[in-house]
Amino acid sequence: MEERNTSRKSFINYLLGGGFTLVAASFLYPIVRFVLPPKSTEAEPMAVSAGKVGEMHLNSGKIFKFGRKPGLLIYTEQGEYQAFMATCTHLDCIVQFRNDSESIWCACHNGYYDLNGNNISGPPPRPLERLNVFIKDDDIMVSKIT
Amino acid sequence: MKTYTTNLINWLDKRYNIKEIIGFITEKKVPIYKHTIWYYMGGITLLFFIIQVLTGILLLLYYRPTPEEAFESVQFIMTQVHYGWLIRSIHSWSANLMILFAFIHMFSVLLLKSYRPPRELTWVTGVLLMYISLAFGFTGYLLPWNELSFFATKVGTDIAGVIPFIGKFIIRFLRGGEDVTGATLTRLFGFHVAVLPGVIIVILVIHLLMVQRQGMSKPIGLKEVKKGMLFFPDFFLRDLLGWLFAVGILAALAAIFPWELGQKADPFSSAPEGIAPEWYFLFMFQTLKFFPARILILDGEVIAVFIFAALGIFWILIPFLDTKARREQKSPIFTTIGIFAILYVGIITILSYFVFK
Ligand code: HEM
Ligand code: FES
Repeated sequence: MEERNTSRKSFINYLLGGGFTLVAASFLYPIVRFVLPPKSTEAEPMAVSAGKVGEMHLNSGKIFKFGRKPGLLIYTEQGEYQAFMATCTHLDCIVQFRNDSESIWCACHNGYYDLNGNNISGPPPRPLERLNVFIKDDDIMVSKIT
Repeated sequence: MKTYTTNLINWLDKRYNIKEIIGFITEKKVPIYKHTIWYYMGGITLLFFIIQVLTGILLLLYYRPTPEEAFESVQFIMTQVHYGWLIRSIHSWSANLMILFAFIHMFSVLLLKSYRPPRELTWVTGVLLMYISLAFGFTGYLLPWNELSFFATKVGTDIAGVIPFIGKFIIRFLRGGEDVTGATLTRLFGFHVAVLPGVIIVILVIHLLMVQRQGMSKPIGLKEVKKGMLFFPDFFLRDLLGWLFAVGILAALAAIFPWELGQKADPFSSAPEGIAPEWYFLFMFQTLKFFPARILILDGEVIAVFIFAALGIFWILIPFLDTKARREQKSPIFTTIGIFAILYVGIITILSYFVFK
């Protein structure tokens, strides 16, 4: 009799505890989903115009919009165009072209990349993401390398 | 007058039994000895917090949390609103002083070993208050949406990304997306003016009730402090005097060195030189840089972040780990840990300004 009673009690406890957990979970799940933002639906652009031919000086660089992210376009001393995503691979700052050292520099923690985007000194752990450059009419077009 | 108050007290006492509480407070004593001065530090921290609540509510009357308007609204506060520059300057200065005094308060409690039984939970709630204050500072920093705070927030939130598995989730949670954008501003604003105030009030009240209930601790070995003063009115009045002094210093700093606004943030321009978090994050930030990029097969930053997380938990658990102090014995190990922590944080912070840059 005693035995049956306690096992019945613990059965009811499990039922209550389990029910409570389920109710709590059904409250929490939508809240957690709500708090994490939806994935952006805006597609990355295929190709954008980063500037006009003839607009830049030799040995200079500029930031352009690659969709919602910044890109860096460089017109080298030799008259070549190079383009990269401008997001530093260290902690997300935006890099800049330095014409004094002909390199790419991140002011946040003094990181340097060469003109091929390779990390050469300071904390950046990886090269910058490189972009394709091609000329179309008088636009300097930039696209992702696929 | 006298009879009105007595009547009111009697009226309340019939219903809520408040004479018990009044009796408790009027008999409470604060020990007097050479370290009594440290008992004022928590009170000063509390004062600065109250000032934050008041000035924060005032700023809310004009501040607008969107990337298009945030910078302009702070500019408006500073140039058009009567005494707006002063209110903003006080909010910024008092934020820094609040954190400074929270540090002083915490380290003095650590060295006096006031955390030993029965006050373990006072320490635990105190450390939580410290962490929440840091969160206040971090979330508030972005709100003016200037260049410095924009990039510092990019860096600060990106550090979370090094945590394995959940790092990406934490970044998205903090930023409200992949990048620091208007979504981040709105989110951190919500934390700053709604979530954190709600949480801190609850913990602060618990912290203060515990202190009032248990009274001030006496350091180990000084069991027989003979002298004492009544908490009310003696200590309370001295507290007020300290507050007056602190308010004076705050007003002078805020008026003589108005807080700067800087340049508006532009998510499509290169980071300028001189990006740095607020001073109270510098020691962590600098430590991160001491770690090499790779340690064996692991990322140096991952290890650094884990060490900091472990230290953060260790700090909360100190009252339970300091077994000597629990037995009312001197515990030189924890004194050494405390002094080392003070020196490390102090020296690295100062060096960050002058040497590391
Ligand atoms: C209930 C309390 C609070 C409210 C309602 C509040 C509200 C605000 C508002 C509206 C701003 C934006 C205006 C501006 O940037 O000048 C701001 C900025 C800021 N808050 Fe608070 N705040 C509160 C508490 C705190 C606390 C406790 C701290 C720190 C310990 C703090 C630290 C900051 C900082 C550092 C800024 C940036 C200041 C600046 O550069 O302008 N706040 N706060
Ligand atoms: S974010 Fe570029 S070097 Fe740190």
